[in-house]
Amino acid sequence: MPRFMLGRTHVPHRKNTAEAPAQRMPAPEQVVILTSQHIGAPATPIVKAGDTVYVGTKIGEASGYVSSPIHSSVSGKVKKIEPHLLSNGRSCMAIIIESDGQMTPDPEIKAPTVENIDDLVSAVRESGLVGLGGAGFPTAVKLDAEKKGLIDQIVINGAECEPYITSDTLTMIAKADKVKAGVEILEKFISAKNIAIGIEANKPECIAKLTEIFADDDKVTVIPLPSTYPQGAEKILIHNTVGRVVPEGKLPADVGCLVMNVTSVAFLAEYLETGMPLVEKCVTVDGSAIKNPMNVICPIGTSIEKLIEFTGGFKSEPGKILYGGPMMGISVYTTEEPIMKNNNAIVAFNKKDAKLPPSRNCIHCGRCVAACPMGLNPTLFARAMKVEDSRERVARLNEAKLMLCMECGCCSFVCPSVRPLVETNRLAKAELRAAQAKK
Amino acid sequence: MNKLVVSSSPHIHTAASTQRIMLDVLIALVPTAVAGTVIFGLRALLVILTCVATSVLAEFLFNLILKKGETISDLSAAVTGLILALNLRADAPIWQCIVGSVFAIVVVKCLFGGLGCNFANPAATARVFMLICFTGTLSGGMAPVITSSPELTSGATPLAVLKAGGELPSMLDMLLGLKGGAIGEVCGAAVIVGFIYLVIRKVIHFETPLIFVGTVFVLSLIVDNSFTVATYQVLSGGLIFAAVFMATDYVTTPITRTGKMIFAFGCGLITFLIRAFGSYPEGVSFAILLMNILSPYIEKWTAKRPLGGNAK
Repeated sequence: MPRFMLGRTHVPHRKNTAEAPAQRMPAPEQVVILTSQHIGAPATPIVKAGDTVYVGTKIGEASGYVSSPIHSSVSGKVKKIEPHLLSNGRSCMAIIIESDGQMTPDPEIKAPTVENIDDLVSAVRESGLVGLGGAGFPTAVKLDAEKKGLIDQIVINGAECEPYITSDTLTMIAKADKVKAGVEILEKFISAKNIAIGIEANKPECIAKLTEIFADDDKVTVIPLPSTYPQGAEKILIHNTVGRVVPEGKLPADVGCLVMNVTSVAFLAEYLETGMPLVEKCVTVDGSAIKNPMNVICPIGTSIEKLIEFTGGFKSEPGKILYGGPMMGISVYTTEEPIMKNNNAIVAFNKKDAKLPPSRNCIHCGRCVAACPMGLNPTLFARAMKVEDSRERVARLNEAKLMLCMECGCCSFVCPSVRPLVETNRLAKAELRAAQAKK
Repeated sequence: MNKLVVSSSPHIHTAASTQRIMLDVLIALVPTAVAGTVIFGLRALLVILTCVATSVLAEFLFNLILKKGETISDLSAAVTGLILALNLRADAPIWQCIVGSVFAIVVVKCLFGGLGCNFANPAATARVFMLICFTGTLSGGMAPVITSSPELTSGATPLAVLKAGGELPSMLDMLLGLKGGAIGEVCGAAVIVGFIYLVIRKVIHFETPLIFVGTVFVLSLIVDNSFTVATYQVLSGGLIFAAVFMATDYVTTPITRTGKMIFAFGCGLITFLIRAFGSYPEGVSFAILLMNILSPYIEKWTAKRPLGGNAK
């Protein structure tokens, strides 16, 4: 355990949906499955319009080492394959499938045989599993580090630090046995000596449940984390659970850590049992514009519109709709956008909550510096971006360690002058990447 | 489908605002302003109202003439005006109050880009400016209207008395403010009430004023070798007032917490040096001003090492 805990920003919890179990929604009329639902190269479509597909049929192949295959989430016919503009401004291909309403599983699906780490890595790769906590990093790539003998510590992320989101909470309560089974699989194939499960203290029932089911497992420690943000950020989680620091530009594997989200671990167990790839997601639907906040299990590719309709629709006219929670979520421009693998929430704000107060001058109060879990000084980035000379600008951004910023949003959240600090950092990062590419 | 707002995360915000912070500072200054008015009479209130009104008006007109957006609603101009007023004698000529306020707002603050862009504390700079320009009418202090010792009518500040010799007010009078001095600096008790409020509201860290005042106290204890003199040093002049309300100004002090501590220590050191060896009886404003200049460097020296950051 570290001497002190990082990430001490008090954000509202608003975990309104933690009590009720998730509801399964019926098959929508169509699903839009994107080829880019993960970090890395987009999948390559392997079906064409008119093809018949089932639940779990592979429709896109991983196109590189850091990539992931995609699968149909409904049974029916491929309607068309067309380019799709993503909410981050990039675009990728979208496979649109018309559902026959039957949800027939692919008859060829069977549980994979896993006898060693190689089998596990290829099975996980085929499952289409990506980090379900939000980042969407292909899990097979993480597990691959085991083959290089790098891993001696597994960290399981049950922090769920974003406001509103409770889908991991429900996994820990309703699928505790799957979490245990998943951890046992990891224990069997990964040579880690210890497994730490970090859970924020605002979920005492999850801490109690997992402590209980792992009581007889000496390798596993359930670590209560402070109920402050961002406990679930990978580097902060590693620091606060096992006291290790991931150096600049390195991955958790470089300090011997394999980090997996608790829902990813539960999925791993389910997949080895049934062979059904990642085709559905438990998504928290909440926010001031939502009539009945709840968790919904929906096929991947369901439109936000249909998902919200299933929960009972809007309470008031929505002003802003987010993929994910309010601290790091991405705002969408239309409710036709589909649910992706790494989505764990849809938050819809009413008109009033859609806009932040107007921005004023920086008063140099230092709240952002105190809040930054990475120990950065956000005012330096803002100041550097005002420098005219581009080389000087890049040098200053690098000196202030811009690339360590993980865009968690703490600085902007606490700023009394509502400065767009995270937005500035995003612009600055784009500039640094462009400068790097030029070299 | 209606139009959705698309913007960068985060999409929620804390309730804290610049306006609220400034309002908290104004609230914290109220006990001091009230004490000053009680001690020195309604003339003090006239100085306070003049400085606040002039400061706000100066910022409003500056923005209007230069076609900049309205900024007086952030309340920082009112804070500057009030702090400046509390740094002045209750019998300061009104026209000088106006000149000082305009100097603080226009020259020290607005010309550098407004709130957050000035490198020197507007009130401290204006006070020093006025002290140099209007030495005759502004140095020293007005005698209190109410007093516990009838012979104390000269209005000589305890610091001047300490330097020149003579009878000092009692310790209780020192704390309550029944002594000569500027409107806001005499009543230490009222300033401490404001200090506690600001710490509870988390507007300032408690250590900055304590280190500032503590440094002066300890140095005086060492050099003068007298507990009484050291206590008088602490309760004299604008020390407590400046330590609470001026050395804690966000804009002109280092952004890091350790930086703020070093800043406070430096202020205490310079204040003591000026008081002990300088020709001015009072050194607080000069000390703050000098440390303002060092702030960016202190900030750089005390920068936190980022988590996992490589050494440069």
